[in-house]
Amino acid sequence: MTPLHYYLIFAALLFSVGLAGALMRRNAILVLIGIELMLNAANLNFIAFWRYSPTANELVGLMFVLFSIGIAAAEAAVGLAIIISIYRHHRSTQLQHVDRLKG
Amino acid sequence: MDFIRYLDPTVQFMLFSAVKIVLVFAVAMTGVAYAVLVERKVSAWIQDRVGPNRAAPFFVHYLPVVGPFLTKLGIFQPMADGLKFILKEDFTPSYVRKIYFWIAPAISCVPALMTLAVIPFGSTLGNANNPMVIADLNVGILYTFGIVSLGVYGIVLAGYASNSKYPFLGGIRSSAQMISYEIAMGMSVVSVFLVVGDLNLSKVVAYQSGGIHEWLIFKQPLAFFIFLVSAFAETNRLPFDLPESETELVGGYHTEYSSMKFALFFLGEYAAMIGASAMMVTLFLGGWTPIWGGAPASSLLVGLSHIVWFLAKLGFFMVLFIWVRWMLPRFRYDQLMNLGWRRFIPLALVNIIITAGLIALTHK
Amino acid sequence: MRMLSDIPIAFLMIAAVTLVSAVCAMSLRNLVHCGLCLVLTFVGLAATYLHLSAEFVGFAQVLVYVGAVAILIVFTILLTRNAEVTLSPVSQSSLVGLGIAIAVCGSLVLPLVTSPSLRRLPAQSLAPDAQVQRIGEKLMAQYVIPLEALALVLTAAMIGAVVIAMRDDPERNDPSPSPQNQKDTGSVSNSPAGTALNSSSSTSSSQRP
Repeated sequence: MTPLHYYLIFAALLFSVGLAGALMRRNAILVLIGIELMLNAANLNFIAFWRYSPTANELVGLMFVLFSIGIAAAEAAVGLAIIISIYRHHRSTQLQHVDRLKG
Repeated sequence: MDFIRYLDPTVQFMLFSAVKIVLVFAVAMTGVAYAVLVERKVSAWIQDRVGPNRAAPFFVHYLPVVGPFLTKLGIFQPMADGLKFILKEDFTPSYVRKIYFWIAPAISCVPALMTLAVIPFGSTLGNANNPMVIADLNVGILYTFGIVSLGVYGIVLAGYASNSKYPFLGGIRSSAQMISYEIAMGMSVVSVFLVVGDLNLSKVVAYQSGGIHEWLIFKQPLAFFIFLVSAFAETNRLPFDLPESETELVGGYHTEYSSMKFALFFLGEYAAMIGASAMMVTLFLGGWTPIWGGAPASSLLVGLSHIVWFLAKLGFFMVLFIWVRWMLPRFRYDQLMNLGWRRFIPLALVNIIITAGLIALTHK
Repeated sequence: MRMLSDIPIAFLMIAAVTLVSAVCAMSLRNLVHCGLCLVLTFVGLAATYLHLSAEFVGFAQVLVYVGAVAILIVFTILLTRNAEVTLSPVSQSSLVGLGIAIAVCGSLVLPLVTSPSLRRLPAQSLAPDAQVQRIGEKLMAQYVIPLEALALVLTAAMIGAVVIAMRDDPERNDPSPSPQNQKDTGSVSNSPAGTALNSSSSTSSSQRP
């Protein structure tokens, strides 16, 4: 069987990739993708700990992930809507171009 | 066949699963080929034409009576069609994005076939440990919806890869349409599962096994209607075939495709029809159970009759799909979105609330 | 000495595919490639969940992330027509970002690798009882208040997304609209892209009833 810390290392690497992308890339859509990756890494940790916990039948980790997926869906919808309306104003989704408060 | 009994249970399971997969795949493929034939014959009948009645291999002419009759029915037409698709030049326009252009037909075809994996297409063949379903998943319906939502990628990719206007518009239209109607479809199914109390499709069939009066189509007529119409939209069939509407978009997302790649899109569309029909049969028409109801089969013959029942109900929905295509005009795009978001989703929600209320009242 | 059979091949394959596609999703030049790599990452994560015998969450992941969130992102990339962007030259701030990410990665992974306590944990026990009925009962009893709150959040997000993404009406402040304006709004309300935009932006939020 796969030991628990394999999953944790996997999640940590995924989180770092998401963080690096969110910090390094200039495109708003890519930043959003990075945030999604970080959220997913956290979800993976929850599921892994749930699976190995002695009280797995309480389903706590599972529930947390279900709610987290719901929140992520809301976040993606609003985030992409904001990106689209930024694109309408500035004709660009590069974050460094969006530097005026006046629409 | 005695040696099967002495095998390890795991090996036995794998062997049976492989056989079931091959059989379902073969039946689905044949079904697709002959659904195309039925489509052409029904359209001919509706438009007062004759339809395909010529294609036949040379030896058929030597058969008395039967040969000309089969030729007239067009039985050999699908083979000729298939041969034509394979032999045509596989043309890739120079301006397309090659990798996506090649992957897209496969992506649109595979999910449609994968949905068939959780459909119980029969009870048993005498052995109770070997149910006639490839994968008896506990979260069957969730699997189906997850896989169906993957089918969108094939169409979006085809639209993007073709790198020209009409396919792009078709792809964008289709993805918006499929995502929208998936919601209505999912919500209509919720009330069904409120009644049944399980997500496993075999349990849904077991719930309806008492005979025709137990079928969920009579207990949840509104859910059935929403599911049926959404299925038309999900499979991009008329009256909702906006993604490929010939008169506006030439051919929509498959404008740039030819030969076998086009055939894969075609195959995907008909396989999706078969999948949607199978879902409706399982959810609303009692699956493999005969009209008078019945328990899982205890002998080979009864088991085979259950499969025939399932296929007959499936055929009914396929003919319905085809019949509707040639009877109704196409919707306008805003009408389509209006219907999905402002009619079906609220209706499905109301249906859920009413169903839940009735269950709460009668349960005590 | 470890035996060959101790190495979890299935897990390593899934993890490798997921990580590589995640790196691609964050580093490729063409945004459409990024979006599609993201899809692969989500599918890999769903496979990991299935591997951890969390069937319900695995298929919910496919349904919500692959079927809605990722398709929404691809959709946005296509609609904003910036599929091929030039990679901006490596600036100081992005190097700082990389440094931070590497530091975070190190501080997360190092304790995991060196910690003796994790190795003492028992291997996976029997698959826990995560029947759909149990999940439903938990959701409707113990977790009913979070569930309601989530429903509110999703509704608010759906309405918010529609309002934000809706095109500003150019005639609202203009008493005598020019013919061009009229034509513009007319085509917006009928064009597939305009309708698709509004509907799609609210899609994922209402995906889950």
